[in-house]
Amino acid sequence: MSFPSRDELIDFIYDEARMLDEGRFTEWLDLWMPEGVYWMPLDYKQTDPDLVTSLLHEDQFMLRLRVERLNGARTFSQKPKSRCHHVIQRPFVDEMDPGANRYVTNTNMHYVETRLDDQFLLAITATHDLTVVDGKIRIAGKRVDLLNSDAAFGNIQLLP
Amino acid sequence: MPAATPAYTADTVTDLVQPHQVHRDVYTDPEVYRLEMKHLFANTWVFVGHDSQTPNKGDYYTTQIGDQPVIQVRHSNGEICVLYNRCPHKGTKIAIDRTGNTGKFFRCPYHAWSFKTDGCLLAIPLKKGYEGTGLDQTQNGKGMKAVGAVKNYRGFIFARLAEDGISFEEFFGDSLSSLDNMVDRSPAGRLEVAGPPLRYMHQCNWKMLVENQTDTCHPMVAHESSAGTAVKIFEDMDWPEDKPKPMAMEIIAPFMSPYEFFENMGIRTWPNGHGHTGVHHSIHSDYSAIPGYLEQMVEAYGEEKAKQILGENRHNTVYFPNIMIKGPIQQLRNFIPLGPDKTLVESYIYRLVDAPDQLLARTAMYNRLINAPTSMVGHDDLEMYERAQEGLAADGMEWVNIQRLYEEGEDFDQEAVENGTTERQMRNQFHAWVKFMSPQPATEQAEAAE
Repeated sequence: MSFPSRDELIDFIYDEARMLDEGRFTEWLDLWMPEGVYWMPLDYKQTDPDLVTSLLHEDQFMLRLRVERLNGARTFSQKPKSRCHHVIQRPFVDEMDPGANRYVTNTNMHYVETRLDDQFLLAITATHDLTVVDGKIRIAGKRVDLLNSDAAFGNIQLLP
Repeated sequence: MPAATPAYTADTVTDLVQPHQVHRDVYTDPEVYRLEMKHLFANTWVFVGHDSQTPNKGDYYTTQIGDQPVIQVRHSNGEICVLYNRCPHKGTKIAIDRTGNTGKFFRCPYHAWSFKTDGCLLAIPLKKGYEGTGLDQTQNGKGMKAVGAVKNYRGFIFARLAEDGISFEEFFGDSLSSLDNMVDRSPAGRLEVAGPPLRYMHQCNWKMLVENQTDTCHPMVAHESSAGTAVKIFEDMDWPEDKPKPMAMEIIAPFMSPYEFFENMGIRTWPNGHGHTGVHHSIHSDYSAIPGYLEQMVEAYGEEKAKQILGENRHNTVYFPNIMIKGPIQQLRNFIPLGPDKTLVESYIYRLVDAPDQLLARTAMYNRLINAPTSMVGHDDLEMYERAQEGLAADGMEWVNIQRLYEEGEDFDQEAVENGTTERQMRNQFHAWVKFMSPQPATEQAEAAE
């Protein structure tokens, strides 16, 4: 049976969420393709990432900056550090195209982030664009839609 | 002097401001906040929205001026009206969605009273029930109430709630040059709103946010973790010198500029609390040229005027009381007070009509990198404001210092250009705060009735 199977794609989504929950951000960066972009739209069902504002639209330079900042000594908004927690519904595998080396999953999650006495819950849908390099699954792109993307938020500091 | 348990009135609240310091109660006290909503936000010209948010007749957009719910609507004659969002009957908000089109009239969803889009009463069902009751003699019988005055300045809608008071031109004076520069950067001389705003909730007083817009001694300290780390990562990358820097680096790296850079960039203050950083240069000065744009500008304005428009790179312009604009990148931030310790920040971006899309792409990137609830830069700013809001509870010290480069006898009725690290603009804002916190002629009667 060829790699990856449906189950292996689904396991990958669970493993990624666990890395984020355990704060293994440097390891998480290694999951990404060099051209991969993490996109969190601002508008519900937004289609344009460039000419209107998004919450996040970050390439590998920006994601690396985000991770190094989290580990930095003078990162004041992370004293003390935030923690996060994903509860995942079984991912849908929407596309399996070994010929094009392209796999797309769609996953509903409840994301909780906490720091000091504050804790908030986001209902999110993550769409992963996946590909295989050297026998390993890699993220070519990730889109995270917040159910309430148009609401006013305080700080969202980690990576849903 | 403020008592331990203060009960401020419009007469005593101004004691909280001294030339070089302000009492912490201006940021924390519920009564001071109530007086701000009642006087300051009624007597000044407050930003409502952009006319491109309501381009067609019947288009409306709901927002607030201070704590007052209002509707910006395009009336059937093409003009913009600003109405209190309240049915004159029972008080029901007429419009609940943030934007929409109401056609030729508003209709209250509770009892179907209807109103023209300038607020005038159109019809009441079963109207005979009011015959002889005197409804037509009441204010309620006339329709939805409009605010005191509205001005559409080059697409930007401002309103004064008070019926009488300072004129738009006198209130803003020469500070309008910053809005002019932002709009002139379009070859067509026109801006259009681009998408919904970022909405970022802050558990702090609205004035802390406004003051931070001209606080040039915090970027290299508070933002070291984002901007400083960006510079370090970039240095490790061995980027070829002749290759243009990534757009994100152009935006974020100038936050780490040394004190000298900010000292030399200069601050200008205007009467009535307005002012801007970046008189001579700014963190926006060294962005890469976008191909084709200068040519479009020269064609539209001629070479001399085009270069003059693009040579002006003001950093943050504060329009007192509660917005900031960035002319070079067409951004507006609205600091909407929701309580003494709660502020909603809405950050809008605008398209320069007829200019290349790359300019808007850079502006959208700036907005999300710097001003989003998910922004690494925003995270540290919010952390500072909220720590300040909590720290002000400390009884050991009651005054907040705004003394940097203070000079005896400062005259805020004159325009001035100073060293870019002065806190003069903060003092200018509090000078205007005192002026407009006093009951103006139009509101004296209401005050006496209290």
